[in-house]
Amino acid sequence: MDLTKASFWGYQRENGRIGVRNHVLILPVDDLSNAAAEAVAHNIKGAIAIPHPYGRLQFGADLDLHFRTLIGTGCNPNVAAVVVICIEDGWAKKVADGISATGKPVSWFGIEQHGDHDTILRASKAAREYVQWASELRRVERPLKDLWVSTKCGESDTTSGCGANPTVGNAFDKLYPHQVTLAFGETTELTGGEHLVAARCRNDEVRKKFQFMFDRYQAIIDKHKTSDLSDSQPTKGNIAGGLTTIEEKALGNIQKIGRKCIVDGVLDKAEVPTGPGLWFMDSSSAAAEMVTLCAASGYTVHFFPTGQGNVIGNPILPVIKLCANPRTVRTMSEHVDVDVSGLLRKEMTPDQAGDQLLECMFRTANGRLTAAEALGHREFVLTRLYESA
Amino acid sequence: MIHFVVHEEGDGVGVVVVEGVKAGQELIGWIMEDDKELRIAAKSDIPIGHKLALKDYQPGDTVIKYGVDIGKVVAPIARGEHTHVQNLKTKRW
Repeated sequence: MDLTKASFWGYQRENGRIGVRNHVLILPVDDLSNAAAEAVAHNIKGAIAIPHPYGRLQFGADLDLHFRTLIGTGCNPNVAAVVVICIEDGWAKKVADGISATGKPVSWFGIEQHGDHDTILRASKAAREYVQWASELRRVERPLKDLWVSTKCGESDTTSGCGANPTVGNAFDKLYPHQVTLAFGETTELTGGEHLVAARCRNDEVRKKFQFMFDRYQAIIDKHKTSDLSDSQPTKGNIAGGLTTIEEKALGNIQKIGRKCIVDGVLDKAEVPTGPGLWFMDSSSAAAEMVTLCAASGYTVHFFPTGQGNVIGNPILPVIKLCANPRTVRTMSEHVDVDVSGLLRKEMTPDQAGDQLLECMFRTANGRLTAAEALGHREFVLTRLYESA
Repeated sequence: MIHFVVHEEGDGVGVVVVEGVKAGQELIGWIMEDDKELRIAAKSDIPIGHKLALKDYQPGDTVIKYGVDIGKVVAPIARGEHTHVQNLKTKRW
């Protein structure tokens, strides 16, 4: 596929970033604000609430990550406007201020001294105005480089490593020369293949940062583990699918970064990349956590290869699923956007599979709903670093 | 008809990519990296996605896949036999 003049149709945001969705987000800062946020999204058709269980008494790096993830989610160009709701005014304003730095419309509401009824009423009025305003925004044609593409695999099996993941790798190798901003992560899931990623880093500085992130996560595993993690990583689903060890899983995982891409930089969780190229983001390997972090970092389309059939979606980031396992494609077809099972029958080449994924990427960017979007999968899962105070 | 795939020449295991492989069945394998064919008889029933050994292994041996170490053998494995958590373990964690 010649991508030299490739373009897509997206929404140009106030800060110049291009989104491929046009969501009005009702964003609760904490668990206590979920009910009001969901009530507003119920009142105003086209608004979307993203409830979650955290945001109280967090502190230090864990609190920083909480704010970074919420603010990043609001800043994502797939979001047109945001209504922030929090039990207290202070943190509502803090999150709203962080999002308004993009120039997009944001309103915030604190529940204390108002109660749910009054908050829902006022927030619904703001949300209605945003939804009607956003509905008149029009897509514009933009060059491929304005698309930000992240990847993470899930419920992997051995077919992931020989089919679906190399397909993502093929697509990444094709996108990389066109200045697309790319990301991968899943820190513990590189265990056994970390030397291969280190060897792909642009320079010693990037390599050192990658190794720091990798070692930091290994130290957490070593500190808390009570076994060889064979009940968790690989997961029971991975093992049922034929994956035996973390090393085997990692080597399959790494197929997603292709053969030519260079790792240009390293991000902490939910950090925003500062330029095009391939970024490694330190992250959990749990699907919804990692995809939530990608959305918070500003990615606008996501490639999700699966083997056994992970059903994940995200509220604001379209998750394109691809699968090479013929049984999963047969039994879970409603979840699969791109069927690459032909690869394992030698009926399709890696180049053709990569092109099929890219074709689906362009259609998705231009507005086609993914399987996960059509099925209503909106998993929004915040990463926690440690206990609340 | 391909029954199993091997990532590269030198790998010690292949991945079954069809359903219903039975012990005794003659299997055709495809070495993807080198586009070569390989034949082997299955010694166990092997589910889709699961591995079969391409050689005999003894406890303590290392299994190579993708050209890289994927763990240590903890029980003898015969060529053509199902290779999984019962006879292969991580060297990490």
